[in-house]
Parts: sequence; structure tokens; C-alpha cells
Amino acid sequence: MRTSVILALALPFAFATAATAAPTAIINATVHTVSGAKIPNGTVIFDNGVITAVGAGLSAPAGATVIDAKGGQVTPGLISSYSYVGILDIELERTTNETESENPLFSAAFDVAPGVNPKANMIAITRKRGVTQAIAAPDYGKTIFAGQGAMLTLGDGPQFAVVPKIGMFMNVSETGKRLAGGSRGAVWTFIRQVFEDVRYFERNRNDFDENKARATALTRLDLEALVPVLIGKMPLVVEAHRAADIQNVIKMAAEYKLKVILVGAREGWKVAGEIAKANIPVIIDPTNNLPARFDMLGSTLENAAKMHAAGVKLAFAVMGDQIAYNARSLSYYAGLAAANGMPWDAALAAITKNPAEIWGMGSKHGTLEAGKIADVVIWDGDPLEVTSEPSHVFIGGAAQNMITRQDLLRERYKNVGVPNQLGYR
Amino acid sequence: MRSTILAAVSAVALAVAGPASAQFAGSASGKRLADMPRDPFPSTYTPLPSVPTAIVGATVHTGTGATLNNATVVMSGGKIVSVTEGGAAPAGATVIDGKGKVVTPGLIDAHSHLGVYPEPSVDSLSDGNEATDPNTAEVWAEHSLWPQDPAFSRALAGGVTSMQILPGSANLIGGRSVVVKNVWSRSVQGMKFPGAKQGMKMACGENPRRVYGSKNRSPATRMGNFAGYRAAWLKALEYQYEWDQFEAKRQKGDPAAKPPKRDLELETMAGALRGDILVQMHCYRADEMMQVIDMSKEFGYRVSQFHHAVEAYKIRDVLAKEGICGAMWSDWWGFKMESFDGIMENIALMDAAGACAVVHSDSNVTNQRLNQDAAKVMAAGRRMGLTISDGQAIKWVTLNPAKSIAIDDKTGSLEPGKMADVVVWNGSPLSVYAHAEKVFIDGALTYDINDPSKQARGDFELGMNSKEDVR
Repeated sequence: MRTSVILALALPFAFATAATAAPTAIINATVHTVSGAKIPNGTVIFDNGVITAVGAGLSAPAGATVIDAKGGQVTPGLISSYSYVGILDIELERTTNETESENPLFSAAFDVAPGVNPKANMIAITRKRGVTQAIAAPDYGKTIFAGQGAMLTLGDGPQFAVVPKIGMFMNVSETGKRLAGGSRGAVWTFIRQVFEDVRYFERNRNDFDENKARATALTRLDLEALVPVLIGKMPLVVEAHRAADIQNVIKMAAEYKLKVILVGAREGWKVAGEIAKANIPVIIDPTNNLPARFDMLGSTLENAAKMHAAGVKLAFAVMGDQIAYNARSLSYYAGLAAANGMPWDAALAAITKNPAEIWGMGSKHGTLEAGKIADVVIWDGDPLEVTSEPSHVFIGGAAQNMITRQDLLRERYKNVGVPNQLGYR
Repeated sequence: MRSTILAAVSAVALAVAGPASAQFAGSASGKRLADMPRDPFPSTYTPLPSVPTAIVGATVHTGTGATLNNATVVMSGGKIVSVTEGGAAPAGATVIDGKGKVVTPGLIDAHSHLGVYPEPSVDSLSDGNEATDPNTAEVWAEHSLWPQDPAFSRALAGGVTSMQILPGSANLIGGRSVVVKNVWSRSVQGMKFPGAKQGMKMACGENPRRVYGSKNRSPATRMGNFAGYRAAWLKALEYQYEWDQFEAKRQKGDPAAKPPKRDLELETMAGALRGDILVQMHCYRADEMMQVIDMSKEFGYRVSQFHHAVEAYKIRDVLAKEGICGAMWSDWWGFKMESFDGIMENIALMDAAGACAVVHSDSNVTNQRLNQDAAKVMAAGRRMGLTISDGQAIKWVTLNPAKSIAIDDKTGSLEPGKMADVVVWNGSPLSVYAHAEKVFIDGALTYDINDPSKQARGDFELGMNSKEDVR
């Protein structure tokens, strides 16, 4: 039985073993470059991991592996801007969870990167639906600073990569309120004190080394980790939902000259003009439309459309109840934004080009243009349609294994009720 | 009028209603005991006013699996009158142009916690789990249900017209569920689906053992779970036996026949033993469902439906043979150990095996898009080679859930005589771009995407999010 299972799944797997030695040409596809207009009947060519040409009527280079998309659609690899991919196996099993630190000695200094498991089951499951990069976000432990997230490239084997310390995660919403002492006043008092302490640390490093420093709100480890944030090098990724909280974040960004990325922003639409003016990008879950808390009373399915219309740069992520296991639903969530008033092209950009730019990798990822890394997905239909699925996913030009543990389970139970059919176990 | 109280615990009593025994005579409290209503919180649901309506020229998924093209749906008096290809609108009917539209029955969510876990999700409104004892068969979800939950109006915009509201899964036996129609009402009684049976929520696996194990009491293991169920069923069987004995004596006219003491917990379980209350059991793993099936035979009750049933695909032949429905997610998996083997083809495989396959939500987010969850499963099933029509996928969110909560004789499909619970979609409901444009409940236009006066909001949301808020 096992043999037939493997045969049944052999076709996409075969590409994974094809080396990147020869160039690859995807032909007969509708190509969504995201950098420009879509190209009907287009061709995407990549070689040595990099896109070499994108256009209509291109001929495949000699010796190229040619993949006929048969009228399918091609997009850049999708980028999830907030997830636990690679740092969590099972949400409710604490032993499988690498997302947070409960250590009282540090919070901002916490780094998710050493906890990343390149072989985590969820990576292949997420990648199978076109997600080629994901932010692994830290979760909150002892303070309003969760620590530093990482950008994961979800490739198999050599295509897997981790960029650590991609941003510092902070919460000024209800989680932050609880951790700071029970009120928003406490949150902002704490923030001001911490930022003051970071500057004090910068000026008096020797005092810390000689154990002569004054008391600080966070430990030395944390203050050191926050230095890149205060000098505007590391993005401060701030979760806020209530319009008034968002306005406080905008004020903070201006006062301390910080590079801020907003997360959540359920009521972002109410202050979209101010967010756009401050040039702050926003990561949202476009499906959040319930007044789940008193700081989320303005939740609406039109949040994405309204913020986009106001000129806010948006990126999407699966951030509700399904955050811990369905990062793979990213294309569907973008489709829901499109179904609720956001232009289709803008919705696709919110899972490709925009997150690439927001996370500082816009020169290499996020669009299909010559010179960019060949993260390419071929879909069997409209990439934002709920019934569509990738037929091929390329990361760094390499065709990815499309077989997940879930596929193996399905194949194992393809026939049931036959005596001894499962005896090979 | 002894019969009224007896009926609450014994179906037999209904058939043999006779003179009250002398037991309760002679005092006001005795009379009260004797006269207690068998349905103490009766439905007061009244359909909204409706006019005869015809949707003409639409693609119609009837809910039975069939699809009609260029079809006309006629409703009148709150009921479906006819569904015919090429049919004309009757004289006097309000005509809705169905060209380019798709019509389905109102969607039915067989697993919801709206109102018992409402928004805002503050502690004060968190009323879904009476997690104080592993057996709380005596509690009723309808007594927790807050009719003002803002999630009801979102569900309506997603085409959901009926749902089963269940207690949570902290307990082995969590209490009674209630079936409601998705209408605005001042009271729960005003939402209760007329004539629908209650369910009894039970739970397998991780949740009860975690909740009570963490309190250092039983159940702390899966074997503790089963010991707990079986001890409870044994008590229920003995309770039912006592009432049967009393009933037999009473039928013989024995004036000394003394009714057993009523017990609200055992009354629920006895109702489940008799089939008056449907057993709705939360269970993820195949091996646990198999053991539950044996247990149901041990005590002589029937499991109506396994909820979540993430591993139903492994035993779909058994579930088909036993006639047990599975209410399942399209793609939730991996959030707990017992959901680790979830696959997207689960529901499609159940359906292909001839079992009763139901797409459920258990969520106030995904219940807004049950149609798209059905679409996900349909697509996954087709990719593995199964033949699944669009109409069949719609059955997973209409007639099958109706069957799983025993309201399929009244709603769940577009067939003459059934409740006119109808959704008009802007295009295929199996698309990400789908919107319910009009939702009819018992023939009354209850939601209209283009008419703000037909977009009900509960009390809680009044005065929020004014235009002046926008900057």
C-alpha cells in the first residue's frame, strides 16, 4: 500500500528534487507582478534563484525546465506579517511552544530565533498554500515588551532561512494594560520610563558594568535590546486597537522619532488619515469585525478598505482564533478584504509587496521583477479565491515539496473498512 | 393534572394522561407540583410579517443536493410554496429578479455559542461553561443566552437563519442546548425554534480532564472521563426505571403510587435515554468516538452527532452505519493535541462514505462564512478525486445540519411546505466574493444588504461608531 501512496503523490514531489542548475520558465500564466499591471498569457523565468525575466511572449531559454501553468495564475510568494509559524507546534501544549519568555530577568531582550524549528510540521502546511515568508512573532510574558521577532523563509532544506531581530514587539492594548499595572496610564508611564532608561543606559554603560547604575524599569539586557529601537534602526511593532490608543502611538512615534509598525488596529479606520500622515504601516486581520472588547468596539470588515482608501500601507495576517495554526489562510483573508471593498490588486499587495517593504526586504522580495529572489507561486485559479490552491511553490527558485503530514494522513485513510488494509503500520 | 409533570420526565406519561394520584392533593404546593408545565420556558417565536414573494430566474441550490437553473422560488404565508425551473411568479407576489443570483436555504449552524459566549467577551458575560462539576446536565444554555449578542446580526449577514446554541465542553455532561431562529427578540423565548428538541452536550477528551484534573479531582484522565459518563448514565437509567415503575403503578390505578423525587440533572439524562433530548457530543479522536458508540449501546441511548470530529474520516464507515452525524470544521487543526490529525478533506470523506456530514462553526467569526467553509472542503475533496457538486456542498450547511438537530422536517431545504428560510446570494455562495444580499426567515425579509432598515443591530451597539468618530 505504501508504494501506491508515494506514486499517487509523486508528481509535485519530483520538482523538489530538481536542482536549480537549469533555469526555470513558467509559461501560459496570468502573471500578477504586483509591481505593475497583470500580464495575461505571461512568462516568468528564473535562474540560479533569481528572477531573470517577466513578461508576455517571452521564450524559454535553452535548456530551461518549462512549466506550463495551463492558464493558471502566478503571484509572488505570500508573506505573513504576524504568526507563530516555526515556533509552535500545538497551541495548547506548552511544551511545544517557543513564543514567549516568562523569565523575570528579561522581556525586550527575548529573541524567538533560537526557538525556531526549521522542520516544524506547520512550515510545510503553511507553505503549501503559497506562504513563502512569515514573521515569527514573540508573545507576551512579563512586560509590555514581548521581545524580538524573526522573519522566516519557509523553504525546505537549504531554502530555509531565519532573519532574527526583525522588530521589537510591544503592546499598549489590553495585554499591555494588564502587564503594566492595570491601566493605560501605567502603560505610558512605563514606556516613558523605559525609553528614559534606554538613553541613560546608552550614556552610562560603564556604570552598568561597574554595578553603579541607578535603578531602571527594565534590566540591562532589555535596555541594550531596546537601543536599536530608540535610534530608529529596529521597527517597534506596537499592538493597539482603540482609536485613542493608536493616536497615542502616533504621538510617541513622532516624539521619539521611532520607526513604528502598528498591529491589530481594529479601529484604525477611524484615524486612518492620521495614520497615513504619520507614514505608519499597519498589519491587520481583515476578518476581525466583532466588538470583542471595549477597545475594539469599532471592529468592521471594511477596516482594510477604509484604511487603504486613506493611503495607509497595509499588510495582512491571520490573527484571530486561528493565529496558531492557520497562517496558511492568508490568501483567503486577502480575498475577504477584496470582497469587502478593498481593490483586488491592493489586497494582493497586502500579502506580497507591502509586507516585503514593511519588513525591510522590499528590494529582494514581494514582487515578480527581474533581479528579485524567485519566490513564485502558481495557483490553479484566482489566488484570492477560497477554492484556489497552489500547484507549485518556488522559494529561491527551488520547487518545494508539496506533501504535508496531512496529505499522508489522507492517503493512509483513503480506503477504510477493508480488513487489514492498514496492517502496514 | 398530574400528567403535566410526568410528561417532563416520561414520554409514556403523555400517552396515558389520566387522573392525578392523590399524592399531591390537599395543599397549594402540592397542586403546584402536580401542575408544573412540561415546557416551562416555551417558545414565543412569531414569524415577522411577510408578503407573498417570488424569486425569479435564479440558480437554486435546494439544500437536498440538487441544483435548479433559471428557477423560481415562491414563498407565501411563511412557507415555501414551490421551487420550479422556468416557473412564473404568481399574481400579486413581490417579485425579486434572480438573474445572476444564487438562492439557497437559510444556513444552519449546528454548533454555536452565540449569546452564551457573547461579545464583548468580558468575564461578566462569559456564561457558556458551568465548570463547577463534571456533570451539569441540569443547566440549560438558554438560561445563559444573551439575545443582544452583536454576533447574531453578523451571522444573519452571513445567511445563518437557525442555529443550535450549546453549553461549552468543560464538563463530561455540560447541560442542555437550545435551537433558535436568528431573529432579534427581547427574550430568548422569542428566538426559540418552535417545536425543536433540546440537545444534551457531552464532551470527550482533553477539555474535561484538563478542567477537573487541574482542580485535582476526577476526571483527570480519559479513563476518568469514561468512568464519569458511565456512572452518570447508570444513575439516569435507575432514575428512569423508578419513574417507569411509578408510571406502571399509576396506570393500574394504584392510589398509593408515589412519584419519585424529581432531579433536574437526571431528568435531562433520562430525556436523552428516551430520545426526547438529542445527545450532541464533542469528540475529536476516532478511537474515543468508537468507545462512545459502545457506551451508547451499553446504556441504550443514541448519539445524534459528534461535534468537531476531527478524526471522523478515520471511522467514516462506522459513523455512516451507525447513522451518527459529524459536525466539523473545514480546516481547523493542531490547536490541541487531539486536533493534530485534522485534514481538509474530513467532511468530504464523511459525505462520500454516505455519512451525515455537517460544516459547523463553533465560532462567531467563521459562522459568518459557513458557505465558504463548505467551499474549502468541496475544493479539497475535488482535488483528491471525489465528485462533489456545488449543490452537495451546500447540503453540508443546510439540510445536513438541520437533520443533525432534528429540524429537517421544518427547514434546511427549499421544499414546499417548509419554513421559507431563504438566502439570495450575489453570486456563487462557494466563492470568497459571496455576500448574502437578502435573507428571509419564515418568508419575512429579515436582512437586506442594500437596505439599512433591514440590518438589525442589537441594543449594545447603539450609538457606537458614529461618523464623527472618523478622522
